[in-house]
Amino acid sequence: MTLLATPARPAHRPEERPPRRRRRTAWWHLVLVPVAVLFATPFVQMLLTSLTPESEINRFPPRFVPSSITLDGYAKLFGETDILLWTGNTILVSVVAVGSHLILCSLAGYGFARLKFPGRHVGFGLILATIMIPTQLLMVPTYVMFARVGLIDTLAAAMVPWLASVFGIFLMRQFFLSLPAELEEAAVLDGCSRWGTFWRIILPLARPALATLAIFTLLSSWNDLVWPLIAINDPNAFTLQLGITNFQGARRTDWSLLMASNVVATLPLILFFVFAQKQFIATMTFTGVKG
Amino acid sequence: MTGTAVEARQRVRARPPVRAVRARRGGRVPDGLTGWGFVAPATLIVLGLSIFPAVWAFLLSLQDWNGFSAAEPVGLDNYREMAADPDLAAAALHTLLYTALFVPASVLLGLGLAVTLNRRIVLVGVYRTLIFLPFVVSAAATGILTTYLFNPQFGLVNNVLRVVGLPQQGWLEDPHQAMVVIAIMSLWGQAAFTTVIYLAALQDIPAELSEAARVDGANPWQSFWHVTFPQLAPVTVFVAIWQSIQAIQLFDLVYTTTRGGPLQATETIVYYLWTLAFRELEFGYASAVAYGLFAVTLAITIGVTVYSRRSTVGGPR
Repeated sequence: MTLLATPARPAHRPEERPPRRRRRTAWWHLVLVPVAVLFATPFVQMLLTSLTPESEINRFPPRFVPSSITLDGYAKLFGETDILLWTGNTILVSVVAVGSHLILCSLAGYGFARLKFPGRHVGFGLILATIMIPTQLLMVPTYVMFARVGLIDTLAAAMVPWLASVFGIFLMRQFFLSLPAELEEAAVLDGCSRWGTFWRIILPLARPALATLAIFTLLSSWNDLVWPLIAINDPNAFTLQLGITNFQGARRTDWSLLMASNVVATLPLILFFVFAQKQFIATMTFTGVKG
Repeated sequence: MTGTAVEARQRVRARPPVRAVRARRGGRVPDGLTGWGFVAPATLIVLGLSIFPAVWAFLLSLQDWNGFSAAEPVGLDNYREMAADPDLAAAALHTLLYTALFVPASVLLGLGLAVTLNRRIVLVGVYRTLIFLPFVVSAAATGILTTYLFNPQFGLVNNVLRVVGLPQQGWLEDPHQAMVVIAIMSLWGQAAFTTVIYLAALQDIPAELSEAARVDGANPWQSFWHVTFPQLAPVTVFVAIWQSIQAIQLFDLVYTTTRGGPLQATETIVYYLWTLAFRELEFGYASAVAYGLFAVTLAITIGVTVYSRRSTVGGPR
């Protein structure tokens, strides 16, 4: 601040915008174009390689762009592997995760934000404290626990950890705290029960927060790898991520198939991102999702 | 951690946001049953899958157990073993190397991209989309992409090097370069996160501040480092802590690219932990290592927070 205390050119008038400013913005493109190209390159490579004939991939010197385009990689992927089954599994896991998150976390968030009941401070405090526990600490006992109740190698093993989360409860509680209490008081005075108020008055207002929560849960459950890797060894219960990771070892040189599987695993989220970018960014701003 | 993000941003704001009135006036107090009815399902799931296994993990760390035979209580032996475990020391070193590569780079990249994207120029939306898109790509997909792009024989990176006349590199097959490649691809996937956090923080800083600096004769560079950057200090602390925790817990991308190789050069602490637990079935020792990791994470978080609180007192703000 001391630097600013000595005005060097007091003649400047604050209302006046420097006229050269607009032209200067062109320079930013010189920075942004290479950066954008770098960030986009892996996607372009992914798509191109998935369409490249097998014979062209391992040739030397390599080509930047294939001479012809083929759908062989996709044909092989859908014809010879269980990719459709795994995609179905992942969709199932994500649907259960998102549905359960939306219901359970908004219920809990509302309870902790608005209702008075004994033990609520202790309960919420405990929930917040668990943020500090790294997931790696929980892997072994959770595995043993799931093995004892027979969840290992079932799709349910991939779902249970995503039924509710601290993030979800916290997000919904923060949102409900920001709603004016008068809304529900009026409903309660009119004879509406707490449940009725919640379902009919409060939840419809919570759409933006629910969108954030849904995106967070979709992204995390769709992309989760560590936990399915530990809990699921049966190829029939593989998730998409687990399946394509497995390809890497089993079909090491089958690059067009590998990249086709990458496209299948990534494209749904990419499309979703492009169409719901605003909500995605809001979600990312709220917390770091990728774990 | 979410709390920290929100708090950090709120501290940046010039004016605190208007908080909604929370007081409940004289209304009916619902009985405890209704309250618990709302919160119990989620609370049971979250606590049942965290506090309960965390306590169990501690008990496991005091045992020698492979999951099948009878567990044998060994007291603190597992923790003593950690101190003399050369593989763990090596894994810690690799993790440290990755953290040192990834954290400063991701903070600087995020800051740079946010400053660049925080202006009204044509196509800024397209740039944003392209830079943020990798964020939705899973570790499994990134792993396949990495092994392809950095393949020494036909990968794009070596191909570009060949075209411009630079020597070919081993990348993931070279023990000295493998971790660098993993850090680069992590940056590709996660730049969006730091960028978005910084963008939000930049938009919270009142424009008058840098305008005033410009009026006072500061050039854009001076105005950024002396006016804008100090305003971002709480966000920088948050982002640095967050990214450090992520870096210390690196597993996915190692699993999907090198599986710890070559010559164990990319074996991180969590990768080692996973091998111990689910390849060698050393449930007790693995739990002890996990607790060690927990302690380090906690120490870093507390240390950085306390240090930054102290150093900002009397600072530029």
